[in-house]
Amino acid sequence: MTTAALSWFARHEIRLAWREWLAIMTGGRRGRRRAVIIGLLVFGALLHVPAYAVIGRYATLQETPDKSTLIVITATIFLAWSLMLSQAIESVTRVFYARSDLDLIMSSPAAIAQVFSIRLAAIAVSIIAMATLLATPFIDVLVFGGGPRWLAVYGLVIAIGLSAAAVAIAVTILLFRMIGPRRTRLVAQIVAAVIGAGFVIALQIAAILSYGTLSRFAILTSDAAAAFAPGPDSMLWWPARAALGDSEALLLLLASGLLLLGSVMVTFSAGFADTAVRASTGTAAARRSPRSRAFRSGSRQQALRRKELLLLRRDPWLVSQSLMQLLYLVPPAVLLWRSFSDSSVAIILITPVIVMAAGQLAGGLGWLTISGEDAPDLVTAAPMPPSRLIRAKIEVVLLVIGVLFAPLVMALVLASPQQAAVTAVGIIVAAASATAIQLWFRVQARRSQFRRRQTSSRLATFAEAFSSIGWAATTALALSLPTAALITGLMTLAILAATWKFSPRRD
Amino acid sequence: MAFDQSALALRGLTKRFDRPAVDALDLTIRTGEFYALLGPNGAGKTTTLRMVAGLLRPDAGSISIMGTDALNDPVAAKQVTAWVSDEPMIYDKLTPLEYLEFVAGLWGVDPSLAEHSAHELLVSLGLETNLHERCEGFSKGMRQKVALAGALVHNPRLIILDEPLTGLDAVSARHVKGLLSERVRGGCTVIMTTHILEVAERMADRIGVISSGRLVAEGTLTELRQQNGRGDTSLEDVFIALVDGEAAAA
Repeated sequence: MTTAALSWFARHEIRLAWREWLAIMTGGRRGRRRAVIIGLLVFGALLHVPAYAVIGRYATLQETPDKSTLIVITATIFLAWSLMLSQAIESVTRVFYARSDLDLIMSSPAAIAQVFSIRLAAIAVSIIAMATLLATPFIDVLVFGGGPRWLAVYGLVIAIGLSAAAVAIAVTILLFRMIGPRRTRLVAQIVAAVIGAGFVIALQIAAILSYGTLSRFAILTSDAAAAFAPGPDSMLWWPARAALGDSEALLLLLASGLLLLGSVMVTFSAGFADTAVRASTGTAAARRSPRSRAFRSGSRQQALRRKELLLLRRDPWLVSQSLMQLLYLVPPAVLLWRSFSDSSVAIILITPVIVMAAGQLAGGLGWLTISGEDAPDLVTAAPMPPSRLIRAKIEVVLLVIGVLFAPLVMALVLASPQQAAVTAVGIIVAAASATAIQLWFRVQARRSQFRRRQTSSRLATFAEAFSSIGWAATTALALSLPTAALITGLMTLAILAATWKFSPRRD
Repeated sequence: MAFDQSALALRGLTKRFDRPAVDALDLTIRTGEFYALLGPNGAGKTTTLRMVAGLLRPDAGSISIMGTDALNDPVAAKQVTAWVSDEPMIYDKLTPLEYLEFVAGLWGVDPSLAEHSAHELLVSLGLETNLHERCEGFSKGMRQKVALAGALVHNPRLIILDEPLTGLDAVSARHVKGLLSERVRGGCTVIMTTHILEVAERMADRIGVISSGRLVAEGTLTELRQQNGRGDTSLEDVFIALVDGEAAAA
C-alpha cells in the first residue's frame, strides 16, 4: 500500500468517525446539525462554570507542589486515562466485530495489517479529540488563572490518549487470544465498564473504610497516602509534572505514548486479519442452550414475561450496562455495612444513590423491553390487546428492579426501618417514572441498538436523568428536611408532566 | 375443493402515506384457497397484508377474517391468523424450540400440543440438528424457516406470507411449499405475495395482480390468460402485460 493510499484510507476512517459522532449527536437527523453545533458551543461555554468551581483554585499552583497535591493531580489524570481506556476498549472491539465493511476490506488487494493499523490509529485520534474537547473548558480556566504554561495539559491529553489506545488494543487482542472471539466481545464490554467506573469506586470504598465518607479526596489528601507515596523524583509524578508545565516530562510522556502505540501496532498487526476474520465468524458460532424441558403452560402475559426475562438474562450488552449501574451501588453498600457498627449519619447518603441507580437501571431495562423488541411484528400480530402487551413488559422491568434492589432495602430495614421505607418508595417511584418516560418515547428498535438509545430522543434522555436525580433528591430530603422534599417532589412531578406533554405517545 | 365461506374479505381498504399506498381495495379470498397476490415493487402488496395482519391501521375500509370484523375485534381475528414477513424477525438469543414455545404461549396453545407440533414442524423444515442452538448464528434461510414454523405452530386458519421464499435454498423452498400445500389441503387459507412467478403459477388456486394500490386483475391462471387474450403464455408474460398496461394507462 503506498503512502498516498494509506493517507487516503486514514482520511476515510476519520470521515467515518466524524459522521458516526455527528449521527450520535444529531440522532441521525440532518436538519439538527446547526442546532447541535450551537448546543455544543453553549454547553462548552457553560462547562467553564463547573470547571472554574472544580479546578479554578489550582490555576496558581507552582511547578513544584507538595506531595498531597501531586497525588490528587496524578489520581485525576489516572481517572481521565482510565475513562479513555474504557472508551478505547469499546472502540477497538467494534473495529473487529463490525462486519459492515470487513468483507470489502478483506477482499481488496490492500495490506490488511496496514489497513487495521490505520483504523486503530484513527481510534487513538478520535479518543484524543474527544478528550481534548472535554478538557478544553478546564484548560481554559487554568490558562486564564495561571498563564499559558497550562497549555501543556493539551500535550498531556495527547500522551495519555496514545497510551490508552495502545493498552486497549493490547488488552482486546490478548483477550481474544486467551478466551476466543465470542467471549471477548462480552468480556471486553464488561472490562470497559469496570475500568470506567472502577477507579472512582475503589477510591470511594477506601475512603469509606478509612474515613466513613463517600469523598474520594479524603483518602488522596490523607497523611497515610502522602507517607505511602514515592519520593518527588519518581516517574509516577511525570504526568502531574507535565500538566504543571514541565516540558521535559511532557516530551518524555509523548514519546513514550507514541512508542507504546507503535510497539503494540507492530507486535499485533500481523494477526489483525486473523483476529478480524475470527471475530466475524466467531460470533456466528452456534451457542447451545440447555436441553429443553417441557413447554410451560400459562397465560399470554406469562409467556411474554418469560421471554423478556430470558432475553434480559442472555443479553451481554445489558450485563455490562447493569454491571456499571450496580458497581456504583458497591460504595453505598460498603457504607451501609460499615454504618451498622458506628451508626454514622452518612448512612442517609445511601438512599439517593440507590434511588438514582434504580431510576437509571429502570430506564435501560424499559428501553430494552418496550422499544428493543426484535420481533415487533410477531407480538403485534399476537391475539392480545396492546395494553396487556405493554403491561407485561412493564411488569418485567419492575420485577427485575425489585429483585435487584430488595436485598439492599432489606439490609436497610435492619439499620433504619424508616429510611428503608422511604428508599423502597423512592425506588418504586423512580423506576416507574423512568419506565413511563420510555413508554411515552417508545420507538421500534433492535436490542443491539441499545448503545444508541440516547440518540433517539434527547428529551427522553434528559427527562430520565432529571427524574432520577429529582426522586433521589426528594428521598434524601424526605429523611432530613421533609418540607423541602415536598418541593423537590413537586418539581420532579412537573418535569414528568412536561415530558409527557412533549412526548409523541401520550396514551 | 370447497369454497363455502370467505376467509378474508376486504372492502374499500385504503391507506395513504405520502401518496395512496392502498386505494379502495376490494378483495375476497375463499376458505381453503391458496391465493397469490402479485404486483410490481411499491404496488401496495405488503401494506395490504400488514393491514390484514393487524400491524397497520387502515385509513378507511373494512377487513373481515373468517367472518370476524378485524378492525372491531382484532384479538379474535388475530387468534386465527399467522403472519410471516420477508425479513424474518426472530430472537437471536432464543433457540428455535424456545421461540416456538413463546409463540405458542402468545396464541394460548396447549403446551403439550404445541411441543409436539413444534418438534414436528422444525424437523420437517430440516432444523432437527439446530433445535437447541440459539438463532444468532443462523443463516437467513434458517431464520426464515424458524419464523415460518412459528407461524404454523398455533394452527392458524389464515396464513399471510410476504415473500416467504426469500433466502431459501431449493430444498428448503420445496419443504416450505410442501408444508403450505399440506395446510391448504387441510382447509387452511393462504395468501402470499411473491416475486417468483413460477411459484404462484404452480401453487396458487387464484392470482390477484395489484398495481398502485388497486386490484387490476384476478382469477385462475387460465382466466388471467383469457382476460388478456394471451393463450398459453406464462404467468410472467401475463403479469408484465398487465403491469405495463396499467403503467401506460396511468
